[in-house]
Amino acid sequence: MSRLCGGVRFSSCTPKVCIVGSGPAGFYTAQHLLKTHQNVHVDIYERLPVPFGLVRFGVAPDHPEVKNVINTFTQTAKHSRCRFYGNVNVGKDVSVGELKQAYHAVVLSYGAEGNRSMGVPGEGLAGVYSAKDFVGWYNGHPSCREVFTLNPDLNCETAVILGQGNVALDVARVLLSPIDILKKTDITQPALEALVRSQIRRVLIVGRRGPVQVACTIKELREMVNLPGTKSEMVEADFDGVTEALKDLPRPRKRLTELLLKTALDTPGDKEQQRRHQASRTWGFRFFRSPSEVLADADGNKTVGIRLAVTRLEGSGEGARAVLTGEVEDVTCGLVISSIGYKSHPIDPSVPFDTRRAVIPNTMGRVKQATGLYCSGWLKTGPTGVIATTMNNSFDTARSLVEDMESEALDLSSVKTGSEVISALLEERGVKSVSFSDWEKIDSVEMSRGEASGKPREKILTVEEMIQVART
Amino acid sequence: MAAAAAVRSSMGLTLRLSRAIPDCSSCPLNRLKSCGVNPQSRGSFESFRTMNRHLQTSIGLCHSEEGSSNAEDPEDVVNVVYIDRSGQRIPVKAKVGDNVLYLAHKHGIDLEGACEASLACSTCHVYVNAEHFDKLPDPAEREDDMLDMAPMLQENSRLGCQIILTPELDGIELTLPKITRNFYVDGHVPKPH
Repeated sequence: MSRLCGGVRFSSCTPKVCIVGSGPAGFYTAQHLLKTHQNVHVDIYERLPVPFGLVRFGVAPDHPEVKNVINTFTQTAKHSRCRFYGNVNVGKDVSVGELKQAYHAVVLSYGAEGNRSMGVPGEGLAGVYSAKDFVGWYNGHPSCREVFTLNPDLNCETAVILGQGNVALDVARVLLSPIDILKKTDITQPALEALVRSQIRRVLIVGRRGPVQVACTIKELREMVNLPGTKSEMVEADFDGVTEALKDLPRPRKRLTELLLKTALDTPGDKEQQRRHQASRTWGFRFFRSPSEVLADADGNKTVGIRLAVTRLEGSGEGARAVLTGEVEDVTCGLVISSIGYKSHPIDPSVPFDTRRAVIPNTMGRVKQATGLYCSGWLKTGPTGVIATTMNNSFDTARSLVEDMESEALDLSSVKTGSEVISALLEERGVKSVSFSDWEKIDSVEMSRGEASGKPREKILTVEEMIQVART
Repeated sequence: MAAAAAVRSSMGLTLRLSRAIPDCSSCPLNRLKSCGVNPQSRGSFESFRTMNRHLQTSIGLCHSEEGSSNAEDPEDVVNVVYIDRSGQRIPVKAKVGDNVLYLAHKHGIDLEGACEASLACSTCHVYVNAEHFDKLPDPAEREDDMLDMAPMLQENSRLGCQIILTPELDGIELTLPKITRNFYVDGHVPKPH
């Protein structure tokens, strides 16, 4: 079925769309476009030689089922009207403006590569890391190798994590998991070796509000509660009033809070007593505490503790706010990990960007004050949400785009050459892109290296080596 | 057309050689004790692997992937109605043992299954009609945990990948939740990650 565009000179005009970013947002946007429009061609550009974004670099190594979604994305990448171009840095190798000229529409789905900072003195000390970098390190993100000149210093007994979302719990779990479990995952070899040598026996997960506001979800909390070789330690007083609040909570929050209460307050039976007695590692939430300073050793280089300001809640439920009381509490620790949120960066001065919220201003995925420009994923709604959330978000953007194609709000009258012109530009600039079948070579090498050590894969850790394998 | 073909080939893609022993703990066939395979036995695993060629932890392999049987035992037939996101009713003739998620895929219904039936996502969220909701076995704790993450959770919400058809489910109606557009406008709170 040929599509009329302009109606006069051309009998059909293949709509060409490009997507920047090959994580869940990019792939789900592509999937929906390809399904609902029979002629559209979709090109996906990715900065790294390898696709899949946070599915590869964010999802914890001991959550392999979450990564099954890669099969869906692989199918999309291999669709006859879809092309993957890895190793292309949009904003550096090619501009958004050039993409807009080459394609009828550009979808920005490059996520959030930065992180919110605590903004406290001592944040730059050795021993302080963002969760983004720590997760990137154990998941083998090439840029995280540069962050750690050696591995992170795990030669201390206590680690303090700021933030109580699922990323914070992932970090706690990786720090405390038995090595026998971790060694069968796709965690990188350097991270595994560092964890074998790790002295960390106690992890505190700190939040400025209370148990009812905790941002993690029940699956992750249950994993901590059931983590072999560990026991929890919480402050009973932190839970005052929580049981009374239960009845008014919606189901997900209620179930989560019930589990939290049970873990913190229940008197254990004999079997559980024994299990706790044998546990060599502890973890716990600490509530009503906000970081005010990271404390240094005598030389002023290394972290020896963290000063936490004591807070109290004003209001209740989701909207409760933490207010400083003036009191402080010092906690001895050698590792501080701030897990208080990822953050998107602007890609190109020509693209509108809301610096306060760190998202691209948009209405249903259509970038405001721009034509032919769309966004999906965390860049669109902010850096929270699991794969299912991003999926809906991306389908939503794709729907807007298809609507615009069909209503002619998007101008499809001129022929666009898409990847032809972009590939030529890239070649001129000495940039060699990596195709999806090149990625499959990398994939295959990683899996066979992993097999040797009983792991699903042994990730390649540098861009150079990825490209080397891609070119074989 | 293309959508159905894409979905059919998506099913093909989930059937691939797996070297791992399948994790039966998330499979409702295991809970219902209606899966004949014992993955502990090496011999049966080999035949499991070559016969079914399935991805680890994905279910629905025992029946639905075999395609429509030629000799249809009428006692085996389970009538299912999917109500898609636009409200369209799609009646489907299924078989006892069919998995609701993979059945949907087979018939081109857009029910996503991102984690491939391993209870690690909520993308196959469906509403079950009142008459049949109580006939389903109670959800495992792990299913409830993932349901908690689904937008627009209702009393009759279940994960499609955990529903295996039995004769008493004949006539079941499964509604796909409508996708709200621009969901922050309706007061949706961003989900944790």
